[in-house]
Amino acid sequence: MNDMLLEVRGLSKSFGALRACDNINFDMHEGETHAVIGPNGAGKTTFISQLSGDLRPDSGTIRFAGENVTPLQAPARAQKGFARSFQITSIYREFTALDNVALAIQAHAGHSFRFWRPARSDPALREPARRYLDEVSLGERASALAANLSHGEQRQLEVAMALATKPRLLLLDEPVAGMGTEESQRMVKLLGSLKGRQTMILVEHDMDAVFSLADRISVLVYGRIIATGTPQEIRANPEVRRAYLGEDA
Amino acid sequence: MRERARLVFWALLVAALALLPPVVGALQEPFYVELVRRVMIFAIAAASLNLILGYGGLVSFGHAAYLGIGGYAVGILSFYGMDSGWLQWPVAVGASALVALAIGAVSIRASGMYFIMITLAFTQMLYYLGISIEEFGGDDGMRIKARSQFSGLIDLADPVASYYLVLVLMFATIYLVHRIAQSRFGMVLRAAKSNERRSRALGFAPYRYRLVAFTIAGALCGLAGALLANHTSFITPEFMHWTRSGEIMFMVILGGIATSAGPLLGALALLVAETLLSGWTEHWQVILGPLLILSVLFFRDGLAGVLPGARDE
Repeated sequence: MNDMLLEVRGLSKSFGALRACDNINFDMHEGETHAVIGPNGAGKTTFISQLSGDLRPDSGTIRFAGENVTPLQAPARAQKGFARSFQITSIYREFTALDNVALAIQAHAGHSFRFWRPARSDPALREPARRYLDEVSLGERASALAANLSHGEQRQLEVAMALATKPRLLLLDEPVAGMGTEESQRMVKLLGSLKGRQTMILVEHDMDAVFSLADRISVLVYGRIIATGTPQEIRANPEVRRAYLGEDA
Repeated sequence: MRERARLVFWALLVAALALLPPVVGALQEPFYVELVRRVMIFAIAAASLNLILGYGGLVSFGHAAYLGIGGYAVGILSFYGMDSGWLQWPVAVGASALVALAIGAVSIRASGMYFIMITLAFTQMLYYLGISIEEFGGDDGMRIKARSQFSGLIDLADPVASYYLVLVLMFATIYLVHRIAQSRFGMVLRAAKSNERRSRALGFAPYRYRLVAFTIAGALCGLAGALLANHTSFITPEFMHWTRSGEIMFMVILGGIATSAGPLLGALALLVAETLLSGWTEHWQVILGPLLILSVLFFRDGLAGVLPGARDE
């Protein structure tokens, strides 16, 4: 089959003696929701960062929509259709929620060498930005400073920013980390509503979230993918149970 | 309400500066026209630095370089008998832009302390270049025989006429920087200052935007340099001394970083305090230093943060 959106071959990355990613092969179809799970320090964030272009791999290739994007840096990959949220929320804290999303719109509305017209009164940026805020149910917080949003709201804002770039592939690094039960339920519901129409890679520790959202799951242990499969296959895989799910069975 | 306070603030500021020459003329105190003209020239320099320092987060410790390049462009062309301001001023602005483009291209890839040191180093190079060229006065500086000529439209030797020209150019610069800061370009610049990693993940490549901002700031400061050369009828490497870069930076910080009014307020406060204190005692720096430290400690947002209406939205 050749309708792969993402094809990763032999991806490796070391930090000194630590092999954070060890010869990773990874494929994704358009429309798929793929979860990456694994114990702490397994290299999940390192893997995501190499996909987004924040980290340069030591070796291996990343093909995206048939094109080799390995040499591209983060901004160029974002223009190709990658978008990500970070494990530690990364937003523009001193801007309003609406400004944050409007900037995401602007990043994909041609070049920004426009020096005269005020960006904050530009309906071409503000109106779509409002729609994305509504989509993550932050519409009422549009004019709040991002720094003043609650932790859960900030994570929703970050997802809204990622969506506003109309990504072909959304990389979510622990989107429900540090959230209360109610907040995390809201986020899972939001991600569930994206499922199918938005291709996503989801790094997550919350197993309820993972097993309810993912079409396929890859298990990363010590920088290696030890198994890939449907949630049922992963649940039944003895090696996964031993290495990660912590069962003696 | 806030909008009205802002309007009143700017209207008062424009009116006060516009009415200064007739008022001090009636009081027989022409010195103040000279002083405030100098303040406004430095306000242009500070406003240009504010674009990259305030909105862009680029702590350039070499902004006086463009004051020097602008000044020397006027001085050197005048030395070779080319007195036309129509030629001198575009050369001052263009040369400053080119040098800023070159310095920026090298320095902006560095960050933090390295960026500060590289911008400082380039400006020191230009300073020593100014000292070493004997033909243009070396470290003694050089008198400019005639001020820039504008086809007889305006006589810069007339202190009041040149005052009003500086006034118009200063408000134009402040307005231009304000517009740029609010534009799409300005939003990219400010966003990259706020969170560079997020900007890159969204698809902005901050380097290009910063380099263009750095070049615009250099060009505008080159204009201030051309004005300063006409103000003093004299050019000297001191225009580019590192303490001058520090002064301009201080004006921005004292006045209020990333605000429209800040650079003018900072230039006004610093130069007026300097003048008053130096008239009072020759050890004025001993008094000014602690005053500046206290003002930064207590007015975190600068003077624009405490004056009603001076803050941007």
